[in-house]
Amino acid sequence: MLCLKRFVLIIAAASSSACSIQPWVQSHERGELADPIMAFERHPASTRYINHVYEARESARGAEGGAGGGCGCN
Amino acid sequence: MVVTRLLCLLAALFLSVSASATVLPEDQSEVLYHRYQGGGITIDGPSVLVRKGFKDKVSVWGNYYTDNISGASIDLLAQGSSYYEEHRTETSVGADYLHGRTIMSLSGTNSSERDYEANSFAFGLSQAFFGDMSTLSLSYSQGNDDVRENIYEDGSIVDTIDRGKARHQRYGLGLSQIITRKLIVSFNAETVVDDGFLNNPYRWVRYLDGENLGREKEKYPASRNSDAFALRAMYYLPYRAALKAEYRIFSDSWGIEASNWELRYIHPWRDWIFEAKYRAYEQGQADFYSDLFPYADAQEYLARDKELSEFSDSTLGLGFSYDWDQKYLSWADKTTLNFYWDYINFDYHNFRENTPENTSEYGSGNEPFYSFGAHVVRAFISVAY
Repeated sequence: MLCLKRFVLIIAAASSSACSIQPWVQSHERGELADPIMAFERHPASTRYINHVYEARESARGAEGGAGGGCGCN
Repeated sequence: MVVTRLLCLLAALFLSVSASATVLPEDQSEVLYHRYQGGGITIDGPSVLVRKGFKDKVSVWGNYYTDNISGASIDLLAQGSSYYEEHRTETSVGADYLHGRTIMSLSGTNSSERDYEANSFAFGLSQAFFGDMSTLSLSYSQGNDDVRENIYEDGSIVDTIDRGKARHQRYGLGLSQIITRKLIVSFNAETVVDDGFLNNPYRWVRYLDGENLGREKEKYPASRNSDAFALRAMYYLPYRAALKAEYRIFSDSWGIEASNWELRYIHPWRDWIFEAKYRAYEQGQADFYSDLFPYADAQEYLARDKELSEFSDSTLGLGFSYDWDQKYLSWADKTTLNFYWDYINFDYHNFRENTPENTSEYGSGNEPFYSFGAHVVRAFISVAY
């Protein structure tokens, strides 16, 4: 029972501190992040193609992020 | 044959790209030439993408893509077959709808070739929050395939028979997070569920039959589940350049475990943006894979696909984008010319190069392990308007 109370207190403390967290990088501070070179993938169709090449020849698939893969070719 | 079993991801790709921010993708058209050459085969063709937005609320797009396949892979050579040609056409359409900080996406794709027909749809949702420092995205896609087999006589197709149906479902989750003024990270998880006819109908396994070799068709399980998790980071260097790092792990119900990592360097210079990357991948074999089985029907499931063997590959990639002078296309906002070249080296650890010549020289099961290099080229022009 004591353990349960401690657990609830910890969760409550974590929740209240999480609520107080504010965005720490303001919009006007994101100039470098907005630079086109910072895009995870700048050319979606091109990235799709290279992921398709990998997915056709490797067993791993999924979680490609900015672009997915396609069919397999023998 | 070209296997289109994972087609549903094609639609998901546009979905996940468009879902990465609370603005719709810019209006643009792209004409791409792609070419893969390696392992005895060449695959090339064009891809045309057109995207147009309306009232900053809706963006629609269409994509036309073709593969022209020719050559003879190790799988064909091992069977004593020779040169072949094939053609695949893929058409996709989709739309993105922006509402507040939410983007909803819907798309559909058809892929068609003589021995494979695949249709898929995808749905996605993304939401920016926490002062736009975080973006959460969810996606689902489903593909339904009709698998057929071409019957050849003297190198010509004389008939095509149905082999079965396959269904592929994908469940994706993504979270991108701004960490500092120079660093953004993203996490992606995706579960894929396949069921139905999942084999390649053209592939065989080989087995020992006394002093001789026998062969029989591959037998795959009728279902496959897999999970993949990826972590990516983009970092803005102290000068104007960026570094990307990526790591992904994968496992599936067939016993395959895999991982890959990648480092990419992006460096702008005047009207150019240069890129260099290195990627490494490795995987273990499927539980039911063997290069050479001890006898016929040695186990319930049988496979000798090199894609299910234990192997590793590495990629060196170089490329550039060039901002074309706008005086040549006055109606466009921005035009870029792009060229990317990748060289991929595959090393198979338990898949042997069993051409008739090698088997004759070294004996069955003693042929050298297979390896090959492939050149991949992407050349395209992109016009934003």
